[in-house]
Amino acid sequence: MTPDLVGGLESPDYASHDRSAHEPYTPVFTGEGKRELDELLTRYPTKMAALLPALWMVQRERGWVSEEGMVEVAGLLELTPAYVKGVVTFYTMYHQHPVGKYFIQVCTTSPCGICGAEDVVKAFLRHTNTGELGLTSPDGRFTVIEVECLGACGFATPVMVNEEFIESVTPEKVPDLLAKLA
Amino acid sequence: MGYPNQPHQRETPVLSRYFGDAEARTLEGWKKRGGYKALEKALGMAPADIVSVVKESGLRGRGGAGFPTGMKWSFMKPGDGKPHYLCCNADESEPGTFKDRELMRWTPHALVEGCAIGAYAIGAETAYVYIRGEFTEPLYWMEQAVKEAYAAGILGKNAMGTGKRIDVHVHKGAGAYICGEETALMNSLEGRRGNPRIKPPFPAVSGVFGSPTTINNVETLIAAAPILMNGADWYKKMSLSNPKSTGTKLFSVCGNVQRPGTYEVVLGFPFKEFLYDLCGGPNHGRKFKAVIPGGASVPIQTMDEAEATLMDYEGFVAQGSMLGSGGVIVIDDAQSMVSVIARIARFFAHESCAQCTQCREGTAWTTKIMERIRDGQGTMEDMDTLLDIADQMTGKTICVLSDSCAVPVVSGIKKFRSEFEALIQGRRFHPVIAAVA
Repeated sequence: MTPDLVGGLESPDYASHDRSAHEPYTPVFTGEGKRELDELLTRYPTKMAALLPALWMVQRERGWVSEEGMVEVAGLLELTPAYVKGVVTFYTMYHQHPVGKYFIQVCTTSPCGICGAEDVVKAFLRHTNTGELGLTSPDGRFTVIEVECLGACGFATPVMVNEEFIESVTPEKVPDLLAKLA
Repeated sequence: MGYPNQPHQRETPVLSRYFGDAEARTLEGWKKRGGYKALEKALGMAPADIVSVVKESGLRGRGGAGFPTGMKWSFMKPGDGKPHYLCCNADESEPGTFKDRELMRWTPHALVEGCAIGAYAIGAETAYVYIRGEFTEPLYWMEQAVKEAYAAGILGKNAMGTGKRIDVHVHKGAGAYICGEETALMNSLEGRRGNPRIKPPFPAVSGVFGSPTTINNVETLIAAAPILMNGADWYKKMSLSNPKSTGTKLFSVCGNVQRPGTYEVVLGFPFKEFLYDLCGGPNHGRKFKAVIPGGASVPIQTMDEAEATLMDYEGFVAQGSMLGSGGVIVIDDAQSMVSVIARIARFFAHESCAQCTQCREGTAWTTKIMERIRDGQGTMEDMDTLLDIADQMTGKTICVLSDSCAVPVVSGIKKFRSEFEALIQGRRFHPVIAAVA
């Protein structure tokens, strides 16, 4: 479960289950999307400052940030695609590959770690049938990762399922929690 | 306010008074509780007078460094012809810290009000609230509060009918602990990778978008409103130990403790009584072994040190640690200190932005060696190697993330050396035996 450390820390391998990776890309910033971006641009003195919010919009609409998505954003904000990719790869929350319908992040940093977070991770891996951290279950529904400090340490173990934040998860609660996901 | 537990009678809830009170989240509910009166008062004062009151109150930054807030605000010189900016640092990600999350999800209007007061005081028309991307609930409530405040004319080009322009925008981060470092936050806000910048120039001279900028923590900005309403003397009098530490402070408590939660006490409160009385002491059958009192990047305290501590900026330093962000991580005798420290090191290795060699290599190697010792594969020389690496990581990088990784390792080896030695000499860590001993 622990990736090997050689001069740095490895990210989980998301690439193994690229289902929608080769589907044609439909632009995000047309109609309502364009209006939302235009409103965002009024908040900042530079176009570049709208980069993080624009990437969030791509991920919200497409589920992940593909290279085509980066190219679209780059064009609108007058940046190079390479620059945008540089920013995307810095931040952990932008998915650079398709992920399961339910993207599950379990906090395992020290405060949660000493309250049993490892067992919560194991329960998720077992009940989602994903097998390994970072991989997507064969039915495409679940991806489970460990995440660094979710900032809710008093509610160990906090878990994020997509945008939903769930507090005080224990291994026993995992099956019920998963059953509630459609 | 002890949230999510019952409030404790020895707390002094000023900022946390409405935790758990869903009605306080709405504009109407917030106004009913006296909200936006402080902003109204502030907009009727000269900005310099607001800065004086805050200076006089003794308020110090609640994000970790403890820099006097009034003095920070006074660095923003009026009339320099450039736009000024206020950034609210809501990228709370220091392990053990979750107070700003509670403030934003229960009292979002308090932060909108605090941002507006702070912006006006430093001559800024725009405030950005940089909230970490994982905080979906605080993000939702903050966005709602900002929307309501605009609709009610509290924010905008004619804020509260005074003809003054105050804009507050919520900016969502995307997963990077380092963006809680103020210069990294500004880079991130500008749409860049969140690499910290070399100082000088300091933000007050050249900050976000190259303009003079002040960055304040959520709790700091929220504290400004009650200070303006009740006066500097009222705030200054709330001090139980050192007169340099004034007011109330939120402490978020987590780990192996009966009642984890967010507590608000007057600075200088005895830490022993805080841990055993307010937080309920250790879990059944356990004893406390160590405390990390100010988030993962401050030195670990032994229980002797912790129990002798008075909870203020000076009190924690006097007992071998720092107040930091007020994120109290309590560790009991069922835990291996080596495992705890190894996990903290892994956190910093994951979060290093990798621009400085000492940090990029140092955090990774520290993690590798700590995990080797944890797994029973360490040697006695490893401890010296760790201390040597820690020395090379301290005071040599652009920001303090590197130092933060070294701190728990150095304090851990110094204060819990026998646990390291036992694992190296092939004795497994037995929590049950340790509990009896």
